[in-house]
Formats: sequence, C-alpha cells, structure tokens
Amino acid sequence: MSATALWTVASIQAALLAKRISAREIVGEFYTEIDRRNPELNAYLTLSPERAYSQADRVDAAVARGEKLPALAGVPVAIKDVISTSGVRTTCGSKILESYVPPYDATAVTRLEKAGAVVLGKTNCDEFAMGSSNENSAYGPVRNPVALDRVPGGSSGGSAAAVAAHLAVLALGTDTGGSIRQPGACCGIPGLMPTYGRVSRYGLIAFASSLDRIGPFAGNIADAAAVMSVIAGRDDNDSTSASVSVPEYGSEIERPVYGLRFGVPEEYFGKGLDSEVKEKVLAGIALMEKLGCRRVPLRMPHTEYAIATYYIIATAEASSNLARYDGVRYGLRVPGATLIDMYRKTRERGFGPEVKRRLMLGTYVLSSGYYDAYYLRAQRVRSLIARDFSDAFQKVDAILTPTSPTPAFKLGEKTSDPLQMYLADIYTVTGDLAGIPGISVPCGKTREGLPIGLQILGPHFGESTILQLARAFESAGGFTLTG
Amino acid sequence: MSISREDVLRVAELAYLELKPEEVETYRGQLDEILNYIGKLQQLDVTNVEPFTDISFPASEARAASPSSYRKSGKELREDVVGPCQVAEAILDQTADAVKPFFRVPKVIER
Repeated sequence: MSATALWTVASIQAALLAKRISAREIVGEFYTEIDRRNPELNAYLTLSPERAYSQADRVDAAVARGEKLPALAGVPVAIKDVISTSGVRTTCGSKILESYVPPYDATAVTRLEKAGAVVLGKTNCDEFAMGSSNENSAYGPVRNPVALDRVPGGSSGGSAAAVAAHLAVLALGTDTGGSIRQPGACCGIPGLMPTYGRVSRYGLIAFASSLDRIGPFAGNIADAAAVMSVIAGRDDNDSTSASVSVPEYGSEIERPVYGLRFGVPEEYFGKGLDSEVKEKVLAGIALMEKLGCRRVPLRMPHTEYAIATYYIIATAEASSNLARYDGVRYGLRVPGATLIDMYRKTRERGFGPEVKRRLMLGTYVLSSGYYDAYYLRAQRVRSLIARDFSDAFQKVDAILTPTSPTPAFKLGEKTSDPLQMYLADIYTVTGDLAGIPGISVPCGKTREGLPIGLQILGPHFGESTILQLARAFESAGGFTLTG
Repeated sequence: MSISREDVLRVAELAYLELKPEEVETYRGQLDEILNYIGKLQQLDVTNVEPFTDISFPASEARAASPSSYRKSGKELREDVVGPCQVAEAILDQTADAVKPFFRVPKVIER
C-alpha cells in the first residue's frame, strides 16, 4: 500500500497540527504517487504543482503561526476537467478545448481552496461528461484501479479512479445522469450527487443545465460530508443555486438512524440486473434493517421510462449548450472559406463521435415537426418521474437501490453499442431528472473482486439523511459486506 | 418511427456538423436504434400532465407562487444590472484571431 492511502481529512488535520509532517510534504507524497501510477491509470490530464505547492505553503505558514486551520487544510483534491480552474487548462475531455485556459475559478473550487484544500490537478472524463465508461475522452480511457482491464465508470472516471487509487484524498465530479454515483460504484468509493441547486454550478462547463450537479468523491463518509459543508450554499453567480441553509454535515452524519423509513422499489430489480449485484445489494438492505431502519413497500411506476426521457432532455439541452463551440471565441478554430464553413470544420475536427451523436439526437428532438412528439412529451414524463419521488418521500426518508445494474465492464465491451452504454445509467438517471440527492456507497464485491454500489436516494435538500444512512452503513461494515 | 439518411444529413446541417460520407450510415443506424427505444414514451398517456419546466421550482408550486413563496423556495434573482466583465482581456488573449476588443471571423457581408 502506498503512503498516500492512509490520509483522510481528519488525519491530515491532526498530522499538520502535531507538526508531524508539512502540507508541502504531503503534496510531494501525492505527486510522487501520481508519477508512479498515472501513466497506467490516465486519471489525471493536467497537473497544477505550482498552484498546489503555493497553497500548501500558505497552510504551512498558518500552522507555523499557530492559527486555527480551516476544514480542509492541506487536503489534496482532484478536479474533474469540466470544472473551470483559473490559469489551469480545462479540456472537458475534448479536442475542441485542448488548449483552453479558463480566466476564472468555478465557485466550488474557490470554496475548496478557501477551506485550505490543495488542488493537485484536473481529472480525465468522458468528452463533455457524455458517457458511462470514460472511453469517450479524447485523451484516452481511464483504467479502473481495482481491475486494470475494466472501465472506471463515467463520466467522472478520472476523479473516481484518482480517489480509489489514492492519487487524491478527495475529488470533485459532476453528475448529469449518474456520472458521480456510477463511477463511485465501479471504483468502490462513495460518490455523492447533491440536490439540484445545493452546490453552485458557476464555472461548471455546461452539458445539460437542468441536470448538471457538482459533487464529491471521498474515501469515507466523513470526508464526503466535510466537502459538502464547504461547497454547498447560495452563490450569487448561479441564480439556480438555493439559499436553503447549509447544515453542519460533519455532525449530522453521526445521528442515529434507528426508526428511519426506507423503500426498495421493485422496479430497480428487474431484467438486466446482475445476480451478484442483486445479492449484495439485498444483503446491504438487510443490514440497514438490522440497524433499526424500517422497510416500507414502495412502487415507482415510471422508472422504466427514465432512460428514454433522459436521453431526450439531456441531448436537447446539450445541442443548445454546445452550440458555443464554433471556433469564434475560445478553443479550437479550423479556418474555413466562410463563417459557416469554419463552424462546420471546427466542430467536425473538435468533437468526438459520442458528442456528435448526442448533438444530432438533441437537434432532432427539438426540430420542427418532432418537438411535441419527443421533447415536450419527455418533459411531461419527467413530471411523472418527479411525482413518483415526491409521492415516495411522503412515505419514506430514503430509497435504496443498486447504483448500476452491473459491476465495472471491460474496456471496449460496449463502445460499439451506444444504447447498451446508455442503459448503464438506468438506476441513476431518475434522481437527476427529479432533482433529488443520491449517494453511492460501496456494498461488498463480486466473487471476482469487483466493487458493487448501493444507491441511497433522498428528498430535496435531504443530504443529511442520506449521509447519515451512508455513515451508519459504513460503521456497520457495509462497505466490505461479505454476507 | 425511423430516421432516414436525409434526416441525418439535415440534423447534421442544423447542428453545424460535417459528416464524412462513410459516417452517415453508422450514425443513421445508431440514431435509429436510440429513437426506437425512446419511442416507448409514446405508450404513456400524458394528456393532463404539465411539462416539467423548472427543476428548482416545481410547476405545482409555481401556480400558487407569490414573491415570498418564491424566495422561500430558495431561489433568488439578483438585481438586473450590468456588471463589468473582468475576463474579456484574458479570453481575447487566447482566442484564435482577435483584434481587441473584437473576435475576427471570415467575412459575412459582401458589398
């Protein structure tokens, strides 16, 4: 095991205060480990050592002055490459932004650094966060640190792999259809998608604006809670961010779960669910009951329409958001004889096949003659899916399901069949469509040793509840479940 | 519903995407499969269902909305005033062809 594997938010804070190690030395340990592992894993696309060491020096100076340290002092974090970092290249996993250097930071990054966190670099992802395996990155796939011939999940595959391989203590990912929870499940670490509006999207390069969220990956629940306390809350630069007060998640997670009610909708256990995943998730659910939570019968009748709804709405929004990449203002420009010719050549050269496929699908469902049949209908079905959840949360505090129907699949296994790839998100897209929060927590492994994820969904702004359940599950040994 | 070769060429044109001739049939087949799957939404009766219009403020609440309930929903709109753009210089510095404070593009108006 590498030296970096032992670090958590709490152990770093304790070690810094006891002056056993400096923040600069901790950063050095992580870069050494990145040098050793990253050529194989391809989790990081860009490193930011100058920025990291100067932040570490600020933390060390605060320690030397005997100051009270902020919540994430000296904690190394990785940032998904769709989140803007001032002065540090941000590619979105795309050739079209290969040399793009944002002139400002995303609010989530600003808040992490203000809390003392150290940004090590930017992590690989599917191009514009479109994918479930990280194989749609223009910079090559990420390998799953648990099994190198397998995908890490996607689209935040690099962030998940970086934390799972101890190349960062924490990472930010983004979730539009499952892109935090599914790679969390594939790599065997917790990944949290917050409520829509809980975390500012300012500086997040848009894919589908009514779905996109920023959230954390961490090695344990306390660390995920620590990140949430820092990044959540209103931001005047994002009018959709909510001014709902931010709880002290760190203390909330220790509250007892006895008597909490949860539902297990059978719609999440149908055809296509791997038998070993099913077995472990049901064992995880049994453990929750043993902890004193009460299982309540629940139906979610519109679940089977979620993927279809999602791929209409997400691609429609993407076709609008990605219209900005035309060679005029930033990123790649391929010269053309006319303005339109320049747009076409730039986009043909700059975008990969999955992005093109989705832009065409999104354009099609919005186009004259098809709008009512596809887009408008999907928005109505989205209301039905959201209503399934609001009805459910009248009866239960949380909903438990598998995160993904299968464990991490082999590299190349699904690349030739886009629809099969889309179905990897079948249990996660519902939460994105409804705007609610969800977390994936490790729930044992397959006989082959591949991680399995248990998904815990909560009501709007119910992050405390799902983190509390996740923490109780973790304490009871659920992460390494063998039963 | 199925998508034709002409449909594919038309959406590619609308999306300003240039496709190589050999790509057209690949995309057509894939989009066709996806659209067939998406077609399952036609099974649902949605006649009396409102479209989902605002993710952070559900339609049911919007109907009864007053300014105070809007604020209570956690959403706030700032004053509609123009602020300075502090990043214009930095953006223009890395653009492919800039004549400050403009982006330069191929000529669109002939005279």
